This record gives sequence, structure tokens and C-alpha cells, in this order.
Amino acid sequence: MKLRNALKSAIAAMLMLGAAGLATQARADAVDDIAKAGAINVGIFSDFPPFSSASADMSIKGYDIDVAQAIADSLKVKLNLVSVTGQNRIPYLTDKRVDILMSVGYSKEREQVIDFAAAYAPYYIAVIGPAELAVKGKDDLADKSIAVNRGTLEDTSLTEAAPSSADIRRFDNYNSVIQAFISGQTQLMVVGNDVGAQVLAKQEALKPEQKFQLLTSPSHIGLNKNEDRLKKAVNDAVAKMLADGKLDESSKAWLKTPLNPDNLKD
Amino acid sequence: MGYSLDFGWLAGAAGAIARGAATTVLLIVVTTLAGTFLSILGAAGKRSGPKPLRTAIAAYVEVMRNTPFLVQLFFIFFGLPSLGIRLDPILAAMLAMTLNMAAYTIEIVGAGLDAVPRGQTEAALALGLRPRQVFVKIVLPQALKVIYPALTSQIVIMMLESAVVSQIAVRELTYEADMLQARTFRAFETYFVVTLVYLGLSMGLRRLLVSGGRRALGAGVS
Repeated sequence: MKLRNALKSAIAAMLMLGAAGLATQARADAVDDIAKAGAINVGIFSDFPPFSSASADMSIKGYDIDVAQAIADSLKVKLNLVSVTGQNRIPYLTDKRVDILMSVGYSKEREQVIDFAAAYAPYYIAVIGPAELAVKGKDDLADKSIAVNRGTLEDTSLTEAAPSSADIRRFDNYNSVIQAFISGQTQLMVVGNDVGAQVLAKQEALKPEQKFQLLTSPSHIGLNKNEDRLKKAVNDAVAKMLADGKLDESSKAWLKTPLNPDNLKD
Repeated sequence: MGYSLDFGWLAGAAGAIARGAATTVLLIVVTTLAGTFLSILGAAGKRSGPKPLRTAIAAYVEVMRNTPFLVQLFFIFFGLPSLGIRLDPILAAMLAMTLNMAAYTIEIVGAGLDAVPRGQTEAALALGLRPRQVFVKIVLPQALKVIYPALTSQIVIMMLESAVVSQIAVRELTYEADMLQARTFRAFETYFVVTLVYLGLSMGLRRLLVSGGRRALGAGVS
């Protein structure tokens, strides 16, 4: 029968793909690969102010970019920024499309797949809503529609905290999350409070405000497992930025507050 | 470093995948019914309506066929609220899919209408049928029979295109897949399974449409 044949060939094609996926790759050290390429590929969000977002001249700037530049400088290679989304960035890392990821919050699930280098930025996750809507704690999230960026730490911590009647709507990037909230498609949104503050300062009609903090967790630099040399290089670069005050400078410039090293502890 | 496949998460995820697939099926059923109905009206209007209506339909077809589906979807979901029209994700998705599909199928149904010989209409009118009866009972069934393969293809394409509506948080199959992938980080396995589900859905949908078409329009439909 025709259908059965079509199905068979489809399955055969799938299995071949699977076999290709299983084939072992020759293993080289990431630091060597980076040195050979003369550039380090760093995965960043492109819509994530003040950590990384387009500036007036459309180049990506922010706290994350300062740190990424310092790491590239310490390895004496060019910085190559790669735009990723909350959902695709871990596969980007494990597929070696990028060497490191900025702004990765620690979670147990993630630790099974990737490794974490130094914490370099404070990060708070906040529930943001219009002034007229009363939301004080997790229980008030019941029956509310909430926008969140899929696959991020915001998503997992909100999913864990919110009552089951909460209508969590997951979008692919921060831009869509903010758009959904501003256009009234959702009542609340959950983002890092620095992200929220920068964007929402312009929304006078909605008068959005921070309702409560869901979680405090510093951002780490994510990298593949078993890359000890790269991890050490990244850790050294961050430690140097902490020691010579560069990180504090970036914090004042972008986060508008001096860096408190206590906020870099998990 | 070898990559080892792990399908251990699948048992816990089967419910989510089934729910997602059900939403995809719901979307395509609504879109097919509403879209086909609209396109019959549109194709008839484009042929025998007053001039302003004909121009309006032609403009609609041009605009919808020459802009990306994702942009149309974002316009309806993110854009319309500024005009005070706020639709739920699922309604916005159904509306965008129906409007998009209708634009394509208006042309398909129209081609079918053109293919029915003029003599059929004349003969039916001569036998005393009213113009509406002529269209519904004589012309339309013959037209649909001619364009049925093109119509079913368009419906299947629309079902596959429905993956795009995951972007506005409609919990359909791709949304659930993205979500599982974001939780398990098992990209290969997740999309492998979901690909198979889509494959099964579109094969099933096509067979259903063909057998349904045979029943409604008579033999010779493929």
C-alpha cells in the first residue's frame, strides 16, 4: 500500500538522521578552537536591557557586552556576538554554535546539561503589573494571565511558584513578552526587574510597577561541560574585572548602582 | 563527546504532546470550515458581485498572499489591541489562519468555478432553477471536484503553518514541543517525536479529506 511505503521511507530517513546525531565527534579543547578561530562566539540576548540590547546606533551594548569583551580581550581574540533566545540558547551551546553564554541563572536542570563559570551580575526576577491590579504574593497570581520568556529562569521559577489556575503564556523573546504585557494581552509579566524598569519607564498610561520579587539569583556565564581550561580563563577574567573595579564601573554605567559582591552569591 | 539519545522524558510528556496535537487539530478544523466557506463566498463575489466588492476581494487576496503569515498574526495579536480589539491567543490564531487560508483558497475555488462549462449554468436556468440553486447545486459541486486536490493541499499546508501560532503562546503542538525542549534540553528527541506526530497528522488529515470528499462529491475525487 502506498501509505505504508511512504511511512516506511519517512521512518528510514528519520533513523538515518538519528544515526548522524549519534556519530561521535572528534574532541578538541574549546580554548584551542577559540584561539584557532581568532574569535570567541558569545551567546547573548539582543532585547535584554540593560544587560544587552540595541543602542541608538543599533549595535548591541550593555553590562553583558562589557563582560564578554573583557573575556575576549583576556583570551586575546575577537568578540563575536551571537543573538540567541531563552529557548534555543542551551542547544546553541551544546551544539557548539557558541562557546559561552551570558546571563545564565543557575538551576539544577541546567546543571545536568551545561557547566557554570563565575557569577558576574546580580539578577532579580520580578512580577510586574499595572498599578490598579492588586498583586502581593504568589497566591494572587491565581486566574491571572502572565507573560514570560519561555525556557528562562523566569519561566521555570514562575511555573513552580504560580498556582495552577494562573494562565502562563510563554513567548519566544523578551520583546514579545513586553509587547504582550503593554498591549494588554496579559495582565502581568515576569522579567528581571532591571529589564522591566528600563522598558516600563516609558509606559505612562499603564503605570506598571513591580509587584513582588519572585527570586534572586545572580547571572552566571554558561559553558559546555568538561571545558576546564575555558572555565578557568572565564573565571580569571571575571575575577580580574572584580579586582580592578571594571565590573563596578559597568554596574554603575548600566545597572545604575555600585556592584555589591554579596549579590553575586547563589 | 558522543550524544546519547534519551527518551526517558517521553512518558511524562505524552499528555502535553497529545493536548498540543488536539489544539492543532482544533485550529485546522475551524480554519478549514471557515476558510472554505469564506473562499466560496469570495470566489463567487469576485466573479458576479458588484464592482466595488470585486475590487475589495482582489485587494484582500493580494495583500494576504504577499505578506508573511507571521506578520499578519502579530498584527492581529499585538497590533489590534491598540485599536481596542483584544483577542485571546487562540481566537487570534484562528482568525489569522482563516484569513490567510481564505486568500489562497479564493483563487483555488475561483479556478474551479471557471472550469465549469457555461452550458451547465444555461441548461440549469433553462430548466427553471433559480440562480442561487444553480450555483449551489450545479456549479459548486462540479467546481469543488475539479479543485479538490489543490484545496486539500492548501489545508495540509495551513496545518503545518499553524506551528507559527506558537509565537503568540497558543498551546498547540509546536508550543508544547518548544516547552518540553526548554525543560529537558533534549532538542533532537523532542523535535524528532513532534515531527512524527506532524507527519501522522498530515497523512491522516489528507486521507480524511479524500474520503470525506468522495462521500460528498462522488467518485473521481482524489
